[in-house]
Amino acid sequence: MVILTVDQAKQWMIESQKKLVEHKEQLTTLDQAIGDGDHGINMARGFSEVVDKIEGTEYDTVADVLKSAAMTLTAKVGGASGPLYGTAFLKMAVSLQGKEVTAEAFVDAVDAGLEGIQTRGKAEFGEKTLFDVWYQVAAFLHSEPYDTWEGILEVCQAIIEDTREMVALRGRASYLKERSKGHIDPGSMSSFYIFQAFVDVLEWEKA
Amino acid sequence: MSGKVGIVIISHSPEIAKGIHALINQVIEGVPVAEAAGTDDGEIGTSMEKILLAIETVDQGQGVLMFYDLGSAKMNAEMALEFTEAADVRIADHVAIVEGTYVAAVESSIGKTLDDIVASLERLAITEM
Repeated sequence: MVILTVDQAKQWMIESQKKLVEHKEQLTTLDQAIGDGDHGINMARGFSEVVDKIEGTEYDTVADVLKSAAMTLTAKVGGASGPLYGTAFLKMAVSLQGKEVTAEAFVDAVDAGLEGIQTRGKAEFGEKTLFDVWYQVAAFLHSEPYDTWEGILEVCQAIIEDTREMVALRGRASYLKERSKGHIDPGSMSSFYIFQAFVDVLEWEKA
Repeated sequence: MSGKVGIVIISHSPEIAKGIHALINQVIEGVPVAEAAGTDDGEIGTSMEKILLAIETVDQGQGVLMFYDLGSAKMNAEMALEFTEAADVRIADHVAIVEGTYVAAVESSIGKTLDDIVASLERLAITEM
Protein backbone atom coordinates (compact mmCIF):
# COMPACT_ATOMS: atom_id res chain seq x y z
CA MET A 1 0.00 0.00 0.00
CA VAL A 2 1.24 3.46 -0.89
CA ILE A 3 1.58 5.58 2.25
CA LEU A 4 2.98 8.76 0.75
CA THR A 5 1.91 10.30 -2.55
CA VAL A 6 3.60 13.15 -4.39
CA ASP A 7 1.02 15.58 -2.98
CA GLN A 8 1.58 14.28 0.53
CA ALA A 9 5.34 14.58 0.14
CA LYS A 10 4.82 18.22 -0.79
CA GLN A 11 2.49 18.62 2.19
CA TRP A 12 5.18 17.07 4.39
CA MET A 13 7.62 19.80 3.36
CA ILE A 14 4.99 22.52 3.77
CA GLU A 15 4.03 21.29 7.27
CA SER A 16 7.71 21.05 8.21
CA GLN A 17 8.17 24.65 7.14
CA LYS A 18 5.16 25.78 9.20
CA LYS A 19 6.43 24.06 12.33
CA LEU A 20 9.99 25.30 11.89
CA VAL A 21 8.81 28.87 11.36
CA GLU A 22 6.47 28.59 14.34
CA HIS A 23 9.31 27.32 16.55
CA LYS A 24 12.05 29.48 15.11
CA GLU A 25 12.60 31.34 18.39
CA GLN A 26 12.76 28.12 20.40
CA LEU A 27 15.35 26.59 18.06
CA THR A 28 17.37 29.78 18.14
CA THR A 29 17.29 29.87 21.95
CA LEU A 30 18.44 26.24 22.14
CA ASP A 31 21.23 26.96 19.68
CA GLN A 32 22.31 30.11 21.52
CA ALA A 33 22.90 27.99 24.62
CA ILE A 34 25.38 25.58 23.01
CA GLY A 35 25.95 26.60 19.39
CA ASP A 36 26.13 29.68 17.19
CA GLY A 37 22.50 30.66 17.59
CA ASP A 38 21.45 30.47 13.96
CA HIS A 39 19.58 27.15 13.86
CA GLY A 40 16.06 28.64 14.06
CA ILE A 41 16.75 31.20 11.37
CA ASN A 42 18.56 28.70 9.15
CA MET A 43 15.85 26.05 9.34
CA ALA A 44 12.96 28.48 8.90
CA ARG A 45 14.65 30.14 5.95
CA GLY A 46 15.83 26.88 4.38
CA PHE A 47 12.41 25.25 4.48
CA SER A 48 10.72 28.44 3.29
CA GLU A 49 12.98 28.25 0.24
CA VAL A 50 12.03 24.57 -0.15
CA VAL A 51 8.33 25.44 -0.09
CA ASP A 52 8.83 28.26 -2.62
CA LYS A 53 10.60 25.81 -4.88
CA ILE A 54 8.24 22.85 -4.64
CA GLU A 55 4.98 24.80 -4.71
CA GLY A 56 5.78 26.10 -8.15
CA THR A 57 7.03 22.80 -9.56
CA GLU A 58 5.32 19.69 -10.92
CA TYR A 59 6.78 16.41 -9.73
CA ASP A 60 6.28 12.86 -11.00
CA THR A 61 7.56 11.04 -7.95
CA VAL A 62 8.09 11.44 -4.20
CA ALA A 63 11.80 10.90 -4.86
CA ASP A 64 11.81 14.01 -7.07
CA VAL A 65 10.15 16.11 -4.34
CA LEU A 66 12.73 15.01 -1.77
CA LYS A 67 15.61 15.53 -4.18
CA SER A 68 14.41 19.06 -4.88
CA ALA A 69 14.16 19.75 -1.13
CA ALA A 70 17.65 18.32 -0.63
CA MET A 71 19.24 20.52 -3.27
CA THR A 72 17.51 23.63 -1.94
CA LEU A 73 18.52 22.96 1.67
CA THR A 74 22.11 22.30 0.67
CA ALA A 75 22.27 25.50 -1.33
CA LYS A 76 20.38 27.78 1.03
CA VAL A 77 21.24 26.79 4.59
CA GLY A 78 24.57 28.16 5.75
CA GLY A 79 25.17 26.12 8.90
CA ALA A 80 25.79 22.41 9.35
CA SER A 81 22.08 21.73 9.03
CA GLY A 82 22.20 22.50 5.29
CA PRO A 83 24.56 19.71 4.27
CA LEU A 84 23.19 17.33 6.94
CA TYR A 85 19.51 17.64 6.09
CA GLY A 86 20.42 18.03 2.42
CA THR A 87 22.28 14.73 2.49
CA ALA A 88 19.51 13.01 4.48
CA PHE A 89 16.81 13.97 1.97
CA LEU A 90 19.06 13.25 -0.99
CA LYS A 91 19.79 9.73 0.26
CA MET A 92 16.08 9.21 0.94
CA ALA A 93 15.34 10.32 -2.61
CA VAL A 94 17.92 7.95 -4.05
CA SER A 95 16.50 5.11 -1.97
CA LEU A 96 12.95 5.84 -3.23
CA GLN A 97 13.97 6.30 -6.87
CA GLY A 98 11.66 4.40 -9.19
CA LYS A 99 9.50 3.13 -6.33
CA GLU A 100 6.04 3.75 -4.95
CA VAL A 101 6.34 4.83 -1.33
CA THR A 102 5.05 1.86 0.62
CA ALA A 103 5.72 1.57 4.35
CA GLU A 104 8.63 -0.78 3.64
CA ALA A 105 10.10 1.61 1.08
CA PHE A 106 9.77 4.49 3.51
CA VAL A 107 11.55 2.61 6.29
CA ASP A 108 14.36 1.81 3.85
CA ALA A 109 14.50 5.50 2.95
CA VAL A 110 14.81 6.52 6.62
CA ASP A 111 17.68 4.04 6.93
CA ALA A 112 19.32 5.62 3.89
CA GLY A 113 18.81 9.12 5.33
CA LEU A 114 20.30 8.00 8.63
CA GLU A 115 23.33 6.56 6.87
CA GLY A 116 23.74 9.79 4.92
CA ILE A 117 23.73 11.86 8.11
CA GLN A 118 26.30 9.54 9.64
CA THR A 119 28.59 9.74 6.64
CA ARG A 120 28.31 13.51 6.35
CA GLY A 121 28.56 14.33 10.05
CA LYS A 122 30.80 11.42 11.14
CA ALA A 123 28.37 11.03 14.04
CA GLU A 124 27.73 8.07 16.28
CA PHE A 125 24.74 7.49 18.52
CA GLY A 126 24.84 9.43 21.79
CA GLU A 127 26.92 12.37 20.61
CA LYS A 128 24.10 14.89 21.07
CA THR A 129 23.26 15.48 17.43
CA LEU A 130 20.25 15.10 15.17
CA PHE A 131 21.66 11.70 14.25
CA ASP A 132 20.38 10.48 17.66
CA VAL A 133 16.77 11.24 16.70
CA TRP A 134 17.05 9.64 13.25
CA TYR A 135 18.74 6.60 14.78
CA GLN A 136 15.92 6.07 17.27
CA VAL A 137 13.20 6.65 14.67
CA ALA A 138 14.81 4.09 12.37
CA ALA A 139 15.12 1.60 15.24
CA PHE A 140 11.47 2.14 16.14
CA LEU A 141 10.28 1.65 12.56
CA HIS A 142 12.15 -1.65 12.39
CA SER A 143 10.69 -2.89 15.67
CA GLU A 144 7.00 -1.95 15.29
CA PRO A 145 4.22 -2.75 12.85
CA TYR A 146 3.98 -0.11 10.14
CA ASP A 147 0.61 1.37 11.04
CA THR A 148 1.85 3.04 14.21
CA TRP A 149 3.53 6.08 12.69
CA GLU A 150 2.41 8.30 15.55
CA GLY A 151 4.66 6.22 17.82
CA ILE A 152 7.52 8.10 16.17
CA LEU A 153 6.57 11.16 18.22
CA GLU A 154 7.07 9.50 21.59
CA VAL A 155 10.37 8.03 20.45
CA CYS A 156 11.54 11.46 19.35
CA GLN A 157 10.47 13.13 22.58
CA ALA A 158 12.29 10.56 24.68
CA ILE A 159 15.57 10.87 22.81
CA ILE A 160 15.36 14.68 22.70
CA GLU A 161 15.08 14.66 26.48
CA ASP A 162 18.06 12.27 26.61
CA THR A 163 20.20 14.69 24.59
CA ARG A 164 19.88 17.17 27.48
CA GLU A 165 22.26 15.14 29.64
CA MET A 166 24.68 14.27 26.87
CA VAL A 167 28.04 15.94 26.33
CA ALA A 168 28.23 17.20 22.75
CA LEU A 169 30.93 15.50 20.72
CA ARG A 170 30.17 17.01 17.28
CA GLY A 171 29.68 20.45 15.85
CA ARG A 172 30.14 23.82 17.48
CA ALA A 173 28.64 22.57 20.76
CA SER A 174 31.55 20.13 21.16
CA TYR A 175 33.89 23.04 21.92
CA LEU A 176 31.92 23.53 25.15
CA LYS A 177 32.64 19.98 26.31
CA GLU A 178 31.01 19.42 29.77
CA ARG A 179 29.27 22.79 29.57
CA SER A 180 27.07 21.47 26.76
CA LYS A 181 25.26 19.35 29.36
CA GLY A 182 21.87 20.55 30.57
CA HIS A 183 20.68 21.75 27.18
CA ILE A 184 18.61 19.97 24.55
CA ASP A 185 20.31 19.57 21.16
CA PRO A 186 18.75 22.02 18.67
CA GLY A 187 19.23 19.71 15.68
CA SER A 188 17.36 16.93 17.48
CA MET A 189 14.53 19.37 18.11
CA SER A 190 14.28 20.42 14.45
CA SER A 191 14.36 16.77 13.36
CA PHE A 192 11.41 16.18 15.67
CA TYR A 193 9.37 18.87 13.90
CA ILE A 194 10.15 17.29 10.55
CA PHE A 195 9.04 13.83 11.72
CA GLN A 196 6.01 15.37 13.45
CA ALA A 197 5.04 16.99 10.15
CA PHE A 198 5.35 13.60 8.46
CA VAL A 199 3.08 11.95 11.04
CA ASP A 200 0.55 14.81 10.76
CA VAL A 201 0.33 14.41 6.99
CA LEU A 202 -0.26 10.65 7.30
CA GLU A 203 -2.88 11.20 10.01
CA TRP A 204 -4.88 13.60 7.81
CA GLU A 205 -5.25 10.81 5.33
CA LYS A 206 -6.83 8.56 7.94
CA ALA A 207 -9.19 11.24 9.24
CA MET B 1 53.54 21.58 -17.66
CA SER B 2 50.99 24.31 -17.96
CA GLY B 3 48.79 25.56 -15.18
CA LYS B 4 49.16 25.51 -11.42
CA VAL B 5 47.43 23.82 -8.53
CA GLY B 6 44.33 25.82 -7.63
CA ILE B 7 43.44 26.85 -4.09
CA VAL B 8 39.99 27.37 -2.62
CA ILE B 9 39.58 29.20 0.70
CA ILE B 10 36.37 28.10 2.41
CA SER B 11 35.41 30.14 5.43
CA HIS B 12 32.24 30.95 7.34
CA SER B 13 33.29 34.57 7.15
CA PRO B 14 33.85 36.51 3.89
CA GLU B 15 36.23 38.79 5.80
CA ILE B 16 38.42 35.88 6.91
CA ALA B 17 38.68 34.54 3.35
CA LYS B 18 39.39 37.99 1.96
CA GLY B 19 42.08 38.51 4.59
CA ILE B 20 43.84 35.25 3.82
CA HIS B 21 43.64 35.99 0.10
CA ALA B 22 45.23 39.41 0.67
CA LEU B 23 47.98 37.83 2.75
CA ILE B 24 48.81 35.52 -0.15
CA ASN B 25 48.63 38.25 -2.79
CA GLN B 26 51.18 40.28 -0.88
CA VAL B 27 53.98 37.89 -1.81
CA ILE B 28 52.75 35.33 -4.29
CA GLU B 29 51.75 35.85 -7.89
CA GLY B 30 50.24 33.67 -10.57
CA VAL B 31 48.49 31.14 -8.35
CA PRO B 32 44.78 30.58 -8.94
CA VAL B 33 43.09 31.31 -5.62
CA ALA B 34 39.35 31.69 -5.04
CA GLU B 35 37.28 32.50 -1.97
CA ALA B 36 34.12 30.57 -1.12
CA ALA B 37 32.98 32.28 2.03
CA GLY B 38 29.74 33.27 3.68
CA THR B 39 26.27 32.26 2.60
CA ASP B 40 24.61 33.33 -0.65
CA ASP B 41 23.34 36.39 1.24
CA GLY B 42 26.80 37.22 2.54
CA GLU B 43 25.93 36.11 6.07
CA ILE B 44 28.16 33.93 8.26
CA GLY B 45 28.10 30.38 6.88
CA THR B 46 29.22 28.43 3.86
CA SER B 47 27.59 27.59 0.54
CA MET B 48 28.11 24.49 -1.54
CA GLU B 49 27.30 26.45 -4.70
CA LYS B 50 29.99 29.00 -3.94
CA ILE B 51 32.47 26.19 -3.36
CA LEU B 52 31.56 24.52 -6.67
CA LEU B 53 32.00 27.81 -8.50
CA ALA B 54 35.32 28.47 -6.78
CA ILE B 55 36.61 25.04 -7.82
CA GLU B 56 35.73 25.79 -11.46
CA THR B 57 37.41 29.18 -11.26
CA VAL B 58 40.79 27.88 -10.05
CA ASP B 59 40.96 24.54 -11.88
CA GLN B 60 43.83 24.74 -14.39
CA GLY B 61 44.04 21.00 -14.86
CA GLN B 62 46.67 20.46 -12.14
CA GLY B 63 44.20 19.78 -9.35
CA VAL B 64 42.56 21.89 -6.69
CA LEU B 65 43.14 21.95 -2.95
CA MET B 66 40.47 23.24 -0.57
CA PHE B 67 41.01 24.67 2.91
CA TYR B 68 38.18 25.16 5.41
CA ASP B 69 37.74 26.74 8.82
CA LEU B 70 35.05 25.13 11.00
CA GLY B 71 33.11 21.85 10.87
CA SER B 72 30.18 22.58 8.60
CA ALA B 73 32.48 24.22 6.06
CA LYS B 74 34.05 20.80 5.67
CA MET B 75 30.64 19.17 5.16
CA ASN B 76 29.85 21.58 2.34
CA ALA B 77 33.32 21.00 0.90
CA GLU B 78 32.66 17.25 0.90
CA MET B 79 29.32 17.75 -0.83
CA ALA B 80 30.96 19.95 -3.46
CA LEU B 81 33.55 17.21 -3.93
CA GLU B 82 30.74 14.78 -4.75
CA PHE B 83 29.09 17.15 -7.23
CA THR B 84 32.06 18.74 -8.99
CA GLU B 85 33.16 17.68 -12.44
CA ALA B 86 36.73 18.87 -11.92
CA ALA B 87 39.19 15.99 -12.09
CA ASP B 88 41.40 16.12 -9.01
CA VAL B 89 39.98 18.04 -6.07
CA ARG B 90 41.05 17.38 -2.51
CA ILE B 91 40.28 18.71 0.94
CA ALA B 92 43.22 19.70 3.12
CA ASP B 93 42.28 18.02 6.37
CA HIS B 94 43.58 18.92 9.81
CA VAL B 95 45.42 21.98 8.60
CA ALA B 96 44.96 25.48 10.00
CA ILE B 97 43.43 27.56 7.22
CA VAL B 98 45.84 30.51 7.29
CA GLU B 99 49.09 28.56 7.50
CA GLY B 100 47.88 25.82 5.19
CA THR B 101 46.65 28.13 2.45
CA TYR B 102 49.85 30.15 2.61
CA VAL B 103 52.17 27.16 2.34
CA ALA B 104 50.08 25.69 -0.49
CA ALA B 105 50.13 28.99 -2.40
CA VAL B 106 53.90 29.24 -2.11
CA GLU B 107 54.39 25.69 -3.32
CA SER B 108 51.88 26.03 -6.14
CA SER B 109 53.63 29.20 -7.31
CA ILE B 110 56.91 27.32 -7.76
CA GLY B 111 55.15 24.62 -9.76
CA LYS B 112 54.79 21.85 -7.17
CA THR B 113 52.23 19.15 -7.91
CA LEU B 114 49.13 18.53 -5.84
CA ASP B 115 50.73 15.41 -4.35
CA ASP B 116 53.84 17.39 -3.35
CA ILE B 117 51.75 20.08 -1.70
CA VAL B 118 49.61 17.61 0.22
CA ALA B 119 52.80 15.92 1.45
CA SER B 120 54.24 19.25 2.64
CA LEU B 121 51.06 20.02 4.52
CA GLU B 122 51.44 16.88 6.59
CA ARG B 123 54.13 18.69 8.55
CA LEU B 124 51.53 21.28 9.56
CA ALA B 125 48.91 18.78 10.68
CA ILE B 126 47.06 19.63 13.86
CA THR B 127 45.53 16.83 15.86
CA GLU B 128 42.36 18.49 17.10
CA MET B 129 40.00 20.73 15.21
